[in-house]
Amino acid sequence: MTLDLRYTEEQEALRDSVRAMLTDHAGWARVLQVAASPEPDDADLWRLLSVDTGLAALAVPEHLGGAGASLAETAVVLEELGRAVAPVPYLGTTVAAQLLLHLGEDELLRDLAGGAIIAPAMPCDVGPAGPGARLPDVEVSTAADGSPLLNGTVCGVADASRARVLVMPAGGALFAVDADAAGLRRTPVVSLDETRPLCDLAMWNAPARLLAAGERAASALDAALVAGAALLASEQLGLAQWCLDTTVAHLRTRYQFGRPVGSFQALKHRLADLWVELVQARAVARHAVAAVAAGDPDARLAAALAQAHCGPLAVRAAEECVQMHGGIGFTWEHPAHLYLKRAKSAAIAYGTAAHHRTALATLADLAPA
Amino acid sequence: MGASATEPVTAESLRERVDGFLAGHDTAQDRLEFLRARFDAGLAWVHYPAGLGGLGAPRVLQPVVDQRFAAAGAPDNSPRRIGIGLGMAAPTILRHGTAEQRARFLRPLWTAEEVWCQLFSEPGAGSDLAGVATRAVRDGDGWLVDGQKVWTSMAHQARWGILLARTDPAAPKHAGLTYFLCDMHAPGVEVRPLRQATGEAEFNEVFLSGVRLDDGLRLGAVGEGWAVARTTLMNERVAIGGAALPREGGMIGVLARTWRTRPELRTPALHDEVLRLWVRAEALRLTGIRLRQQLAAGEPGPEGSAMKLAFAALTQQISGTEVELLGAEGLRHDHWRADRPEELDLTGRGPTYRWLRAKGNSIEGGTSEVLRNIVAERVLGLPAEPRTDTGVAWKDLPR
Ligand SMILES: Cc1cc2nc3c(=O)[nH]c(=O)nc-3n(C[C@H](O)[C@H](O)[C@H](O)COP(=O)(O)OP(=O)(O)OC[C@H]3O[C@@H](n4cnc5c(N)ncnc54)[C@H](O)[C@@H]3O)c2cc1C
Repeated sequence: MTLDLRYTEEQEALRDSVRAMLTDHAGWARVLQVAASPEPDDADLWRLLSVDTGLAALAVPEHLGGAGASLAETAVVLEELGRAVAPVPYLGTTVAAQLLLHLGEDELLRDLAGGAIIAPAMPCDVGPAGPGARLPDVEVSTAADGSPLLNGTVCGVADASRARVLVMPAGGALFAVDADAAGLRRTPVVSLDETRPLCDLAMWNAPARLLAAGERAASALDAALVAGAALLASEQLGLAQWCLDTTVAHLRTRYQFGRPVGSFQALKHRLADLWVELVQARAVARHAVAAVAAGDPDARLAAALAQAHCGPLAVRAAEECVQMHGGIGFTWEHPAHLYLKRAKSAAIAYGTAAHHRTALATLADLAPA
Repeated sequence: MGASATEPVTAESLRERVDGFLAGHDTAQDRLEFLRARFDAGLAWVHYPAGLGGLGAPRVLQPVVDQRFAAAGAPDNSPRRIGIGLGMAAPTILRHGTAEQRARFLRPLWTAEEVWCQLFSEPGAGSDLAGVATRAVRDGDGWLVDGQKVWTSMAHQARWGILLARTDPAAPKHAGLTYFLCDMHAPGVEVRPLRQATGEAEFNEVFLSGVRLDDGLRLGAVGEGWAVARTTLMNERVAIGGAALPREGGMIGVLARTWRTRPELRTPALHDEVLRLWVRAEALRLTGIRLRQQLAAGEPGPEGSAMKLAFAALTQQISGTEVELLGAEGLRHDHWRADRPEELDLTGRGPTYRWLRAKGNSIEGGTSEVLRNIVAERVLGLPAEPRTDTGVAWKDLPR
């Protein structure tokens, strides 16, 4: 199947409107303020994205209150959110929506489309989909009335701090847990990336509802992890593009030695190389979401490829951004550090590049030594 | 015919055209006759104008035609022999040539009756191509050319060369150039083999001594040579590293096959190296696909210049890893004969040949350093470096 890797006109229009909105509501001063506050995310911005514009449920069908668009559109929003390092639980909610769609959980999807945050309760570094995925060790027991109870801890969960419902893999099954339930405690983690802070979950007989078990649960989880890896690549792409654009703008106007520092070849060549990688990241990220959206048999490989390429690229872009801004790039007031932290945390989220290369060894038939 | 010329060309209509053509032309007939007829039917390069081997169709439909002909066992025009003609000379002649020049040159170029070479680089002007010293002086109704070109690939096969020469040494260097189509059989043209690191002599030195060229062989106006040459260079960079390939279709396929079939060579560290290269090769391949989709939709982006840079670095690393993977076996070279190859094959011969030949990829067609300058300045908009040669007459430049 030939997948179209370009953006459609509608997607470009979507990008423009999201970017305009984020320029107004998620300028970096605002992002820095939220990141430095005890709040896990920007509740006003989330309301705007979910309740007011419906962007948080783009890929949810219309009859469930969503926009009925595809993951290719969702990915464009993620590019822009990455570009703004916006502190909102968008990625987690999108992955949760994929899980719920697979399971036909219409009620929860309606809640999600109405603005409720629903997050997958998995460690943020849950590896690539498949046997290597590092799922939490949570035990399932049974209450007197026969309903399931969960016990255990899950450390380092993203997008869950303000979630209303958590979708939790446990004992080979999937459960929905009310985040405010007795027996569940969320402890915020002081996180490297405070624009997507982590929290730890602890459960003592937390009441849960079984969503799916066995093969059905495994395949839903699998598809969601593939989608998560693919979508994250678009966020990384947007982040890297901001870093490159901002660095180029700075180098054009910063004078040292009587000339713009951007005229020095030592810097120009590094940015040219970064751009070459970025051009490829765009193709790889678009390919991954297109493959996932189309249910292409190549989707798993495409997602692993996207993370293997885009994760390290975003880190490099952010590192170059800090370095080429000099002292100013190392200050708290300059946004570069927010991008650096997001890039590093995103390179670990859904598995590192090394994890994904390991997955590719199987997918591309390149067996280990 | 009539009406069909104005109907939009689609993949389906092209297939029909090819089938119609094949019905009237035996693939076993004389190869040249077949290719000429294919050109005349507009099925050579479908994006070229009608009458010049094309149908004015979208470029992306070309594979539809090529695949149909290949499936029918039709003779091809040995594209690897005529890469410089197809990739560089043809688009430049199409864009800047007169009606007579297009009619005279494009057909035998495409049918491979006439091989082309590129007479640009000189001992004193490589990256700084606008500094060429080869002189062309008016001589009655024609020109007399004197100078030396170097690293001229396939000149030993060539019937024609695209030539950049200086017509006004008193003008600043970019302004004093004129572009010619050089008759390689003209008296005064001498081609000498020049061996390269691989041992073979794929490129040459070309000495031009009192070569007389008719004014009808001038491409573009006198003094406009640089603008014409830029068309050539843009197309050259697309040609190198821009080919559409299936997954593992390029150099990475060779490495992957060695990895799969030789488990005794594997180590954990090389495993990760192979996987890293596989990721980069697939990323670059997808970038090429996206680029062609954009071109087909009439949205050409600057991404083309990324392709050659990434391609050169990647083929060098893949071929280097392959030699390393093979260990002592990888150090056995097939031969050092000074062959003069008839065609270019970057993945041909053995691992050491591939590794050596790939070193040329970051030099030919603009070095990677020069391409980075171009990306930084033209794509990213970073300021140019201070120059010492602007506005100075070419003859007064230090060299
Ligand atoms: C295999 C092969 C085939 C070739 N085929 C042809 C052909 O068919 N026709 C033809 O005309 N030419 C051909 N060439 C020549 C090729 O185009 C030139 O070698 C190339 O443009 C570099 O020029 P140069 O060799 O003079 O190197 P130089 O320009 O002297 O460069 C030397 C070094 O300086 C660097 N450098 C130069 N300028 C800058 C700058 N501004 N900033 C930073 N670094 C810089 C270069 O990157 C290089 O590393 C071929 C070369 C090879 C290797």
